[in-house]
Amino acid sequence: MLFLNQLINGLHIGSIYALIALGYTMVYGIVKLINFAHGDIIMVGAYVSLILITDAHVPFYLAVPVTMAFCALLGVLIERLAYKPLRSAPRISALITAIGVSMFLQNLAQQIFTATPRPYPTVFTVAPIVIGKLSINFLTVLTVSVSIVLMIALQAFVRLTKTGKAMRAVSEDMGAAQLMGINVNNTISITFAIGSALAAIGAILYSLNYPLISPTMGSLPGLKAFIAAVFGGIGILPGAMIGGFVMGIAESLTKGFISTQLPDAVVYGILIVMLLVKPAGLLGKRTSEKV
Amino acid sequence: MLKVENINVYYGAIHALHDISFHVEQGEIVTLIGANGAGKTSILNAISALVPHKSGTITFCDKELSRVPANKLVSMGLSQVPEGRRMFSKMTVLENLEMGAFTRRNRAEMQQDLEMIFSHFPRLKERVKQLAGTLSGGEQQMLAMGRALMSHPRLLMMDEPSMGLSPILVQEIFNIIQEINKEGTTVLLVEQNAHMALSIASRAYVLETGKIIKEGNAADLLRDDDVRKAYLGN
Ligand SMILES: Nc1ncnc2c1ncn2[C@@H]1O[C@H](COP(=O)(O)OP(=O)(O)OP(=O)(O)O)[C@@H](O)[C@H]1O
Ligand SMILES: [Mg+2]
Repeated sequence: MLFLNQLINGLHIGSIYALIALGYTMVYGIVKLINFAHGDIIMVGAYVSLILITDAHVPFYLAVPVTMAFCALLGVLIERLAYKPLRSAPRISALITAIGVSMFLQNLAQQIFTATPRPYPTVFTVAPIVIGKLSINFLTVLTVSVSIVLMIALQAFVRLTKTGKAMRAVSEDMGAAQLMGINVNNTISITFAIGSALAAIGAILYSLNYPLISPTMGSLPGLKAFIAAVFGGIGILPGAMIGGFVMGIAESLTKGFISTQLPDAVVYGILIVMLLVKPAGLLGKRTSEKV
Repeated sequence: MLKVENINVYYGAIHALHDISFHVEQGEIVTLIGANGAGKTSILNAISALVPHKSGTITFCDKELSRVPANKLVSMGLSQVPEGRRMFSKMTVLENLEMGAFTRRNRAEMQQDLEMIFSHFPRLKERVKQLAGTLSGGEQQMLAMGRALMSHPRLLMMDEPSMGLSPILVQEIFNIIQEINKEGTTVLLVEQNAHMALSIASRAYVLETGKIIKEGNAADLLRDDDVRKAYLGN
């Protein structure tokens, strides 16, 4: 029973990591950049939704899309201002810039909100669902199902729509994509917007589960999600999803059966083992291209 | 149709193209020949706006192109088959062809062009669901041409379509280039395989270290002593 409970907890937190990991992997896929500021989008999403719900008394169902739009816009803005000018610069420059953007967002939040954590409101007061001896929180059911629906929707979007195909084309070959008449800048903006909007949902679901909001709160889930993305094979959407779930479950089982101090070590350990066995990640491939 | 006047292209300190001027008229096959590093790809990429030109003008169908971004050129009727094919290898053959028609709206016309492409390249039709990355080199060249043709271009620019292909396949590809030209598409062909290129082109330009050193009728250049020595190996 404890095992099942921990497994369900793992699915819960894992699906949040997966949502966030999608943003890392989409951005990496298209501009080959580890967007270190992605974790801080979570923090921004948490504060924005917190203010909307507690201070502005906006109903939850409205606060969600507004937070998504805000984060999407912020993601696009960061790309346009910080990363786009460096697109043809050495990759390390963009990477350092990403770290800079992350620090900037954290410091800005500290200026505005101070370092003192704020509590996040309880939105759902639905009784847990009880099946025999097992009781599952409504929040868990909601988180896992929302995440899965979003992942399927994203996958369908990227596979089937014209914009999704443009995203795949740009991620493979920017120059060739331009020759097809694809607007590369817009396609990259859309990618940042989607990744950040998913992070906003991740932020809300995360805050509902860990209801303490602070300027540095994005770092840890951001790091875990990044590890999930690398574990699954960075740039590959299903890899990020699987990676998120693996990380969440590993973390939760470690907490339940080994030690509450150890989950982070286990998560890093899993990543290291994966990278030793398959350097490109679980679903990653070393593609050999024909000339 | 296409007029390039005195363009200069630099890569940092490298002056890759020196005052390049040439023109392509409606219905022609014009070829640019030159050795490795002569600047052939740079010329096509300058026309496609993938690399900027410092000075000079490029005019296509009476429109000056300097302010037109790369992604707007396809809908004007300019299409390039890039060097090394540059397929979207993780997409299927059909998806690659769809990408070629990215800016088009009229489904019926697109379907017509798709049929036309399959009639030239029946092998593509058999492989519509296959990932482009798993095609053979020759099939990839066919797909690259098909993809470029899906935009229904007025001018098709091709960068070394013979690269890495067996002589028989090169012959096949060049026959198809001639057919496509007869059906009304103007062709600008960049080649190192000077013999093949000169045998299907009407006019030609010879490029050496970023400068055009000779131009004329393809048939004349095929008999030209310097050209024979430098590019035809006798
Ligand atoms: N991105 C670049 N950065 C720096 N130099 C470049 C770049 N692209 C081309 N060059 C240089 O410009 C010159 C012309 O190159 P280009 O690729 O146009 O030649 P090419 O005629 O197409 O050669 P090939 O037959 O080998 O394809 C070469 O000296 C090359 O080194
Ligand atoms: Mg070249």
